[in-house]
Amino acid sequence: MPLLSLRDLTVEFATAHGSFRAVDRISLDIDPGEIVAIVGESGSGKSVSMLAVMGLLPWTAKVTATKMEFAGRDLLTASPKDRRDIVGREMAMIFQEPMTSLNPCFTVGFQIDEVLRRHTALTRAERRTRAVELMGMVGIPSPEARLKVFPHQLSGGMSQRVMIAMMIACRPRLLIADEPTTALDVTIQAQILELLVDLQKETGMALALITHDMGVVAETAQRVQVQYAGQQVETRPVIDLFRAPRHPYTQAMLAALPERAVGGRLPSIPGVVPGQLDRPRGCLFHPRCAHAQALCSQREPDFLDGVRCHFPLDETGRPIARLAEEIGA
Amino acid sequence: MIDSPVLEAQGLERHYDIGGGLFRKPSVVKAVGGASFTLTAGRTLAVVGESGCGKSTLARMVTMIEPPSAGMLKIDGVDVSQPVDRDAARRLRQTVQIVFQDPYGSLNPRQRVGTILEEPLVINRPEMSAADRQDAARRMMARVGLRPEHYARYPHMFSGGQRQRIAIARALMLNPRILVLDEPVSALDVSIQAQVLNLLADLQQEFQVAYLFISHDLSVVRHIADEVLVMYLGKPVEMASRDQLFSAPSHPYTRALLSATPVADPTRRRDRIRLTGELPSPLNPPSGCYFHPRCRFADDRCRATEPLLIPAAGHRTACHAVEENRLPVEEVV
Amino acid sequence: MSQPSSETRTASQAARDARLQALAEFWYYFSENKGAVAGMIFVIIIVIAALGADWIAPYAPQIQFRDNILQPPFWQDGGSTAFLLGTDPIGRDILSRLIHGARLSLFVGCIVIVLSLTSGILLGITAGYIRGAYEVLLMRVMDVILAVPSLLMALVLVAILGPGLENAMIAIAVTFTPHFVRLTRARTLAEIKRDYVTASRVAGAGSIRLMATAILPNCMAPLIVQATLSFSSAILDAAALGFLGMGAQPPTPEWGTMLAEAREFITRAWWVVTFPGLAILLTVLAINLMGDGLRDALDPKMKRS
Repeated sequence: MPLLSLRDLTVEFATAHGSFRAVDRISLDIDPGEIVAIVGESGSGKSVSMLAVMGLLPWTAKVTATKMEFAGRDLLTASPKDRRDIVGREMAMIFQEPMTSLNPCFTVGFQIDEVLRRHTALTRAERRTRAVELMGMVGIPSPEARLKVFPHQLSGGMSQRVMIAMMIACRPRLLIADEPTTALDVTIQAQILELLVDLQKETGMALALITHDMGVVAETAQRVQVQYAGQQVETRPVIDLFRAPRHPYTQAMLAALPERAVGGRLPSIPGVVPGQLDRPRGCLFHPRCAHAQALCSQREPDFLDGVRCHFPLDETGRPIARLAEEIGA
Repeated sequence: MIDSPVLEAQGLERHYDIGGGLFRKPSVVKAVGGASFTLTAGRTLAVVGESGCGKSTLARMVTMIEPPSAGMLKIDGVDVSQPVDRDAARRLRQTVQIVFQDPYGSLNPRQRVGTILEEPLVINRPEMSAADRQDAARRMMARVGLRPEHYARYPHMFSGGQRQRIAIARALMLNPRILVLDEPVSALDVSIQAQVLNLLADLQQEFQVAYLFISHDLSVVRHIADEVLVMYLGKPVEMASRDQLFSAPSHPYTRALLSATPVADPTRRRDRIRLTGELPSPLNPPSGCYFHPRCRFADDRCRATEPLLIPAAGHRTACHAVEENRLPVEEVV
Repeated sequence: MSQPSSETRTASQAARDARLQALAEFWYYFSENKGAVAGMIFVIIIVIAALGADWIAPYAPQIQFRDNILQPPFWQDGGSTAFLLGTDPIGRDILSRLIHGARLSLFVGCIVIVLSLTSGILLGITAGYIRGAYEVLLMRVMDVILAVPSLLMALVLVAILGPGLENAMIAIAVTFTPHFVRLTRARTLAEIKRDYVTASRVAGAGSIRLMATAILPNCMAPLIVQATLSFSSAILDAAALGFLGMGAQPPTPEWGTMLAEAREFITRAWWVVTFPGLAILLTVLAINLMGDGLRDALDPKMKRS
């Protein structure tokens, strides 16, 4: 049974210009102990969808889904109290900006203690021991001394480690990491990613890694979900995705990476991600797609076989027609 | 003639006094501790390093926002570390322009695009008529890929990539010979990043501008740089041509940096050089070689004396171990 | 040459559309706050009353009806519809005086705000930009002004300058200036670090241009909110000074002065005291509600999506 099961998750925001669909029918299954990467550029809805699962969106967001379950328990109909029990104890999330994720008014030790106090029944002394143990697990040197430190006295890398320590305090079964290394230097990024993978192996927790960096995805993930403008466009195991991407957007994104450049010019994707006011008819990617055809501007493709495209690409990178479409159209 | 350098820097240093009060001497932070390099027309020098390495301070010195505390800086043949008269200063200012990292903070939200682009002309070319200025602005807009109707819009109506285009256009209005680019694509999505990098390459070709390209993203640097300068805690540690640096990096820090950069290829699981520890505080740098606390090859000499940038096999590296040939030859791809 | 003109036409059209869109968005956020909208409506009523006082008010404010001294409002015994809100101790129609007083109160608010805003902005921007001894000295002077209770300070200034509405306005403006100076200086310090200011500097902009085009326009939002809220404080302070006899002098129909004249009639003729007091209360409340709504609508952090 999958640990996290989402079907048709949709998030709409009420804005000054009408209702905005930030997440459009995302479906995702995460198995216990799996590392899944959710990749997309700005506007893809990758952060918003996970925030919706954690229940961290503002009241202006309307969250709907046909299924949102964690370990078999329904999150949609759970009472706020039950939800809070799951979130934080069994599901945890770390964010991009470690400097602003920690409360600047309290020491690091206090904040870890708070998490333990809320979700466990340990005594004060036991909590302190566990806090020191956690700080050691995430690689913070001299943990006892560091308990009394305030967040602003820590570097970016250290703060992120503290965040991770706080989040794994209750041995969650799923850790969602929202761009955990984007704000960090590249050598620190390598350390933090390694830490996350090591922790995942040690504790057996599942890891959902949200990122826009394809390099990070290639080196960490087992399975990848690519999102574009709020929709999921491709979900594949990582090696398959990089070897032979099936969705034109994935292909174009990989081709645009500087490290894959052949010659002086990078094959860039023309145009921009559609915003709230200029969503195309039919397939959302078709105005920018090199392989777009007439059908693409008329009808939105369904998500079948791990890809949302009327003419997904084959092993050599050329589009093939879907049998269903050919019969239907 | 074509290859005469547009900019020459020799031993550039920049110190800040911070803290200190009535009874306390201020502590000195050496943001840049001695950088030497040249810029040539139509070529790109990339400055690479992590936070605290002094690359932003370097950018500010080259753009003459801040004067160097020590060292020589010659732009277009004029020594700017000495005081210059007003006309020369004005001319020089037009020679170097800058593009910033944050597309959302680099444009005045209260000015329309047309005004933003024309401002440098209003200040520096008072003899131009309003019509000529508008003409020049519109031509530049077309050159960077903006549409004519964008002229009257405000910055908040544009995406990050478009704002960077506006910033680049503004920087080029005065026809500078040097363009300092401080992480210009770091805040952009991959697909937009590619567009902007292509634009920068085209513009460099057309206007023969020298780029000082600051970045922490080595894959971008590999794509666009001709030469690379690696900095650590304000000190240059390695300087080489792009090909040499990426095929055979010599300094241990460079190797660690390259090793830490994620590669978009899941089949290539490599052995990573694990860099332990954190960046030391610039207020209290280590003795001798700044990198020694985190270096696998550090010995007593490294702890005691600071290494100088010396030529070795086409590179210039500041490392005792390299000088003494103590490093294993590692092939990092 | 049709190409450029069509371009400029679409450009100015685009600019107009952009302005309308910004206005529409502003209204969307502003109108969510029902109190703010109510306040705004009331303020509009007051403004209309003030502008059209000569035509709306039934009588001139200084005309005395010796036969109708201390007449109660029309709904009480002894009142008549000729004098809707009654008359004061020397027979002047209270309603007319209130309407003319609105003009005076708004006038006071405007002058005070203009004076303190201008001086505040000038001092604040230069302090934040030039820094050094100038800034330190200026801010300490501002601190001294702030340390003294504002009404007391205004009284002292009026005592020096002499009683009267003009001097009252100057005195109140002086007590408000430090608020604007602090606000502007704080914003200037933050704005100076922004990349676009640096970019302008690199392009060769001088100090004046930097302050005027890059820094000042981006300070305006909090200043507008502060100005709106200070407006109501100005009216209150002017009324207080008038009540103490140091502001507008009788027979000027200023609301606070009206209160002063009516002090002894609180028990005998409640309407002479209550209506000016109500006018002050409602106007100040309306302006504050509107200012609150304005701040929420202009503050980008409160915006959702």
